Amino acid sequence: MAKRIDISGLSAYYSAFKAIDDISMTIEPGSVTAFIGPSGCGKSTFLRTLNRMHEVTPGGRVEGKVMLDDENLYGSGVDPVTVRRTVGMVFQRPNPFPTMSIYDNVAAGLKLNGIRKKSELDGIVERSLKGANLWNEVKDRLNKPGSGLSGGQQQRLCIARAIAVEPQVLLMDEPCSALDPISTLAIEDLIGELKTRFTIVIVTHNMQQAARVSDRTAFFNLSAVGQPGKLIEIDDTERIFSNPSVQATEDYISGRFG
Amino acid sequence: MTTTAPPPTKPEPHRAAKTVSRPGDRIFAGLARGSGILLLVVMAAIALFLTVRAVSAISKDHGNFLTTFEWTPSLNPPVFGIAVLAYGTVVSSIIAMAIAVPIAIGIALFITHYAPRRLGGPIAYVIDLLAAVPSIVYGLWGALFLVPHLRGVNLWLNDYFGWTYIFHKEDPNSAARSLFTVGILLAIMILPIITNVSREVINQVPKMHEEAALALGATRWEVIRLSVLPFARSGIISASMLGLGRALGETMAVATVLSASPQLSGHILDPLGGTFSQNIVAKFGEADEFGRDALIASGLVLFLITLLVNGAARIIIQRRKEYSGANA
Ligand SMILES: Nc1ncnc2c1ncn2[C@@H]1O[C@H](COP(=O)(O)OP(=O)(O)OP(=O)(O)O)[C@@H](O)[C@H]1O
Ligand SMILES: [Mg+2]
Repeated sequence: MAKRIDISGLSAYYSAFKAIDDISMTIEPGSVTAFIGPSGCGKSTFLRTLNRMHEVTPGGRVEGKVMLDDENLYGSGVDPVTVRRTVGMVFQRPNPFPTMSIYDNVAAGLKLNGIRKKSELDGIVERSLKGANLWNEVKDRLNKPGSGLSGGQQQRLCIARAIAVEPQVLLMDEPCSALDPISTLAIEDLIGELKTRFTIVIVTHNMQQAARVSDRTAFFNLSAVGQPGKLIEIDDTERIFSNPSVQATEDYISGRFG
Repeated sequence: MTTTAPPPTKPEPHRAAKTVSRPGDRIFAGLARGSGILLLVVMAAIALFLTVRAVSAISKDHGNFLTTFEWTPSLNPPVFGIAVLAYGTVVSSIIAMAIAVPIAIGIALFITHYAPRRLGGPIAYVIDLLAAVPSIVYGLWGALFLVPHLRGVNLWLNDYFGWTYIFHKEDPNSAARSLFTVGILLAIMILPIITNVSREVINQVPKMHEEAALALGATRWEVIRLSVLPFARSGIISASMLGLGRALGETMAVATVLSASPQLSGHILDPLGGTFSQNIVAKFGEADEFGRDALIASGLVLFLITLLVNGAARIIIQRRKEYSGANA
C-alpha cells in the first residue's frame, strides 16, 4: 500500500556540517515525485533521511519530523530497521549482492522478513522480477550470480529486490545515471507501472526524465558552497517546467544557472 | 610483522597492442625478470639440496618412514618415522585453528562494525603489537604460566567431557604439557595475523554492498551475513591460511611447552607426542650427519603438508570466484 509522506522542519547534518536546512513538503500516496537541483544541494542526503539511511553515515544526524501516514519515522522507539523495510531504496550504482544468485538477490529481503517457504518465495520472486520487467531475460538463469548481468539488468534486479518486500515507499537516487538510454527508458516505463502500488521519490539530474516520469517536482538549491541546501519550491511537474513561481527554478531548468 | 591484506581478486594482466619501448621500462622489465629467475633458481637449488639429503636418509631407514613412531636415526640400524610428528603437528594446528579463527573473525567484525571508532583503532593497534612478540616469549609464557594454570581446566574437561574420548586424560594428575595446551598457545600466537588480515579484508567491503543490505531492512548482524562475510570470505580464508602456516611451522613455543615422547594418543590432553619443528630443534644439536639428513627429510614432509594446505585453500577460493563480486 502506498502511503503519504509528510515532512516538516527537516534538517540533516554530517557532524557539524548542516547539509540540508529546514525542509517541509508533502508527498502524496501513489505519486512520483522528482528531486532536482545542482550537485551538492543535498538531494541524496534528503532522500536518505526518508528511510533513516542518513544516520548510517558516521556523524549523520537528523532534526525534524517525517510522518508516514500517521507514524513519525523519527519518533522515539521507532526501529530504523523496520522503517527501512517499509521504505525501500534503489541506489545510483546497481548493487546486487555479488555473492548471491539472481533468485537469492530477490529473495534476500523476503528471507529477512522471515518468509522461508520455497513455494511462497518462488511466487514472489517471479512476480517481482516480472514487476521489474526482468523476468523474461533471467528466467532461465535464476541460479546464476546477479553480478553477471548487465548494468541495466542489475539495476532492474535491484528494483525487483526492493519491491519484493512490498514497501510502501520506493526511493530512487539517480537510478539511471549509470545506464544507457534503452535501459533508462525501461526503468522509466517501470516507474510508471510501479506508481500505482508505491509512493515513488526519484532523484535525477535529467530534466527530461523528471518531466517524463514525475507528477510533482521539487527543486533544491544552495546559496553557496558550504551552505546547507534548501527546498526552493515543489509543484506539479507540468507547472515547474512551464511556469515555475521562483526565478531560480526557471534559471536552473533552462540551463541559465550559476 | 607486516600484515597487508592480499587483494581479494587479481586484476587481469593488461597489455596494449603496440607500445613504444622506453629505456626506463626496459630496465625495469629486465630487473623484474632477472629477480624472478633468480628466485626460481634459488628455490630450485634449495629443493634439490633438501630432496637429495632427505632421500638418502630415508633410503637407509630400517623402519617405515611414514608409520614409525620413534625418531632414533642414531641406532644401528637406524629407525625413524614421522607418524607421531605428523599427527602432533596436524592435531595441534587443528586445535589452534578451531580456537583462533572464530575469535579472530569475531574481533575483526567487532573492530569494524560494532566498536565505536575511538575504541576500534586502539584495539587494532594492540593486536598489531601482539603480532610483534617473539615466539620464544610466547613459549616461555606458555611454559611458565599456561601449563600450570591449565591443569585445572584439564581436570574439568576430563571430568565432564572425558566421555568424548578426545578429552579423556590417561593420568589426570600429569602436567598440562599436551597437544591441547600447544594448540591453545598456537591459537594465541596466530590470532593477531588472522585478525589483522581479516579486518583489512572486511574494511575493503564496498559501502554500497552494506547499504544494499541496510536498505532492505537488515539488522547489523544481517548486514554482516548478507554483505560482509560473503564478500570477505576468500580474504578470511587466506588470512586463516597465513595463520595455519605459522601454526604448522611454529617451533620454540611448542618445544618449551610440549613434553615430547614418541607416543601417539587420541586423547589430546595427554602429555605426549611431538611436532615436526619441535622435533627438529630438539634433535638437531646432538644429531650427526645422518641424523641431520633424517631431520631434513621430516622438514620436507612439513613443507609438503603446508603446500597441500595452501593448495586446498586456493581451490576453495577459486571455486567461489564466479561469486566473488570482482565484477560488481
Ligand atoms: N558522507 C559525507 N560526509 C560529509 N559530508 C557529506 C557526505 N555526503 C555528502 N556530504 C555533503 O553534503 C552535501 C550534500 O550532499 P548530497 O550528496 O546530498 O548532494 P546531492 O544533491 O545528492 O549531489 P549530487 O547531485 O552530486 O548527487 C554536500 O555538500 C556534500 O559535500
Ligand atoms: Mg546525490
